[in-house]
Amino acid sequence: MFELLGIPPQVLMGQLLIGLINGSFYAVLSLGLAVIFGLLNIINFAHGAQYMMGAFGAWMLLNYTGIGYWPALILSPIVVGAIGIALERTMISRLYKLDHLYGLLLTFGLALIIQGLFRNYYGVSGLPYAIPPALQGGQNLGFMFLPNYRGWVIIASVVVCFGTWFMIEKTRLGSYLRAATENPELVGAFGINVPRMITLTYGFGVGLAAFAGVLAAPIYSVNPNMGADLIIVVFAVVVIGGMGSIMGAILTGFGLGIIEGLTRVFYPEGSAVVIFVIMAIVLMIKPEGLFGNNA
Amino acid sequence: MFKRIALTTVAATALATAPAWATDVKLGVLNDQSGVYADLSGQGSVLAARMAVQDFDAAGKGINVEIISADHQNKPDIASNIARQWYDRDGVDVILDVPTSSTALAVADVTAEFGKIFINSGAATSDLTRANCQPTTIHWTYDTAALANGTGKAVTESGGDTWFFLTADYAFGHALERDTTAVVEANGGKVLGSVKHPFPGSDFSSFLLQAQGSGAKVIGLANAGADTVNSIKQAAEFGIVQAGQKLAGLLLFINNVHSLGAETAQGLQMTTAFYWDMNDGTREFSKRFQAEAGAPPSMVQAGVYAGTLHYLKAVEAVGSNDPAAIVAKMKEMETDDPLFGKGYIRKDGRVIHDMYLMEVKSPAESTGEWDLLKQIATISGEDAFLPMEDGGCAFALAK
Repeated sequence: MFELLGIPPQVLMGQLLIGLINGSFYAVLSLGLAVIFGLLNIINFAHGAQYMMGAFGAWMLLNYTGIGYWPALILSPIVVGAIGIALERTMISRLYKLDHLYGLLLTFGLALIIQGLFRNYYGVSGLPYAIPPALQGGQNLGFMFLPNYRGWVIIASVVVCFGTWFMIEKTRLGSYLRAATENPELVGAFGINVPRMITLTYGFGVGLAAFAGVLAAPIYSVNPNMGADLIIVVFAVVVIGGMGSIMGAILTGFGLGIIEGLTRVFYPEGSAVVIFVIMAIVLMIKPEGLFGNNA
Repeated sequence: MFKRIALTTVAATALATAPAWATDVKLGVLNDQSGVYADLSGQGSVLAARMAVQDFDAAGKGINVEIISADHQNKPDIASNIARQWYDRDGVDVILDVPTSSTALAVADVTAEFGKIFINSGAATSDLTRANCQPTTIHWTYDTAALANGTGKAVTESGGDTWFFLTADYAFGHALERDTTAVVEANGGKVLGSVKHPFPGSDFSSFLLQAQGSGAKVIGLANAGADTVNSIKQAAEFGIVQAGQKLAGLLLFINNVHSLGAETAQGLQMTTAFYWDMNDGTREFSKRFQAEAGAPPSMVQAGVYAGTLHYLKAVEAVGSNDPAAIVAKMKEMETDDPLFGKGYIRKDGRVIHDMYLMEVKSPAESTGEWDLLKQIATISGEDAFLPMEDGGCAFALAK
């Protein structure tokens, strides 16, 4: 086989796969953001903190109640989603009539408070969370050793992403949601409880973040800053995909994971900025994002 | 913006009698209070400084000590702004700790400009006493050269003669890679390559696969804190150690080992200047420290304690807070404290004391949550740190 810029193809394949794994996290997180923005018009800056809460949720379930990974994968998003719903009801819902900026500032403030609280109790060094026994070990793919857990991350994210897309774009419930964002009064007149639907949507978006957090717990260190490091990148992903575009968020998430992965081979020093360079270029050429509608 | 978290007047009780203070000094603990290095420095370092002031009985000796602290967020621009403000407006006499090499280099320069004193404990780069040395800098706890002479040398001598580095892309990582390369080559080893990763990072699998592809026997982790923890965790996940390569964590702190857990970390070698469970002195201090901080002190926090203690001794001996006289006194007096034992400060500001090569215990050997390390070797200060003649510190070498 050929060599590309001095990189053997096996290495390249391995890096592509790793890019895809990282892209899975970007996809699930940006999907949650896109759902919340698309349907609520709230720029949810607390998303990173909610991702972190998902990971901590899994850790707490294990260490305080002995509940393992698989139940935590469901329970932790539900608990964190419920906390999200409480926040939406008590605070965020008051801001729908105001400019985006207010929602952004509120959620940003909430994120700082949540991170500060966790930092205060758990420190920043990180807590250990083991890979579930069923997913330990890995497969030798010839060109690389793929840990089973990473393979599971890709599968779980793809399923969750496309399930969400299907629910919003192809089902009756999804059509209500989309209609409610277009014209809440009219949908309400048909007897649908629009505020409750919006609250549940926020809870669902937050739950997605927490789900990504549980997925991340065994491979990244569970620490209060884990979301803060990621959230800016995820916002860039959403902007590139087009604010509020569900499919855009998913595809850009996976795609940028791969591009970032390749940058780590060809120019590692640039891997932290490559996504932002792409964002700047996209904003110049197509400000509404790759998959955004012309506003 | 930075926040001033603790404003501590140690002499509260003594104030009631309103004595005439012989000397007023103000200490500024400047470190990472919220980021990746907050657990190994952070508020624990502030506590260590406060304990040093109490143990020295500064108030009883007529020295009025005030301690302030701030978060430099690991950013050199923020660190130098705070340092400037502290010296210029707030009357700070000495800045302590300052982890993150890039910020430490910035603070060293600002301190020299103002002619004050900088006692660094947290930063690793040996450049603080080499090319970037300043007459006002004292580098207490460890440096990249000592880490290289500890772990780097031990691993090379035990057969790990080809290396590939995973390097944090800033001053610290570069210095650690450079110093370790020198030691590896001096011991007959060879460096096959390196990859620089962004700081701080979270996913290292891509870099680890590059390291694996290099075929080197040893993957040297020239990074620190959460970056090292994640690198080790992910190396285990990708089966890199099982496939026959050895990991060398060049800078590990007790907090990192705790966070990895003995199961994952067992057998790793590390170089440290201090471990809580070495002798009665370290145990006594660590017990008091842990009661307040919740975890035993890291070597960085221990270094802040020892540095503060030595500084106060010099203040007492000089009888004023004149920085030039105090630095001269600190370098003239032997260092002696319960945590680091006896040592001395070289002309270039490097504190010379023993370093220890440790190994992480297996879960079976460990008898408690923090019973994590066992000592393999003691490296004398002269062997651990780079000789002054080789360091290239201009003012120290000037005849």
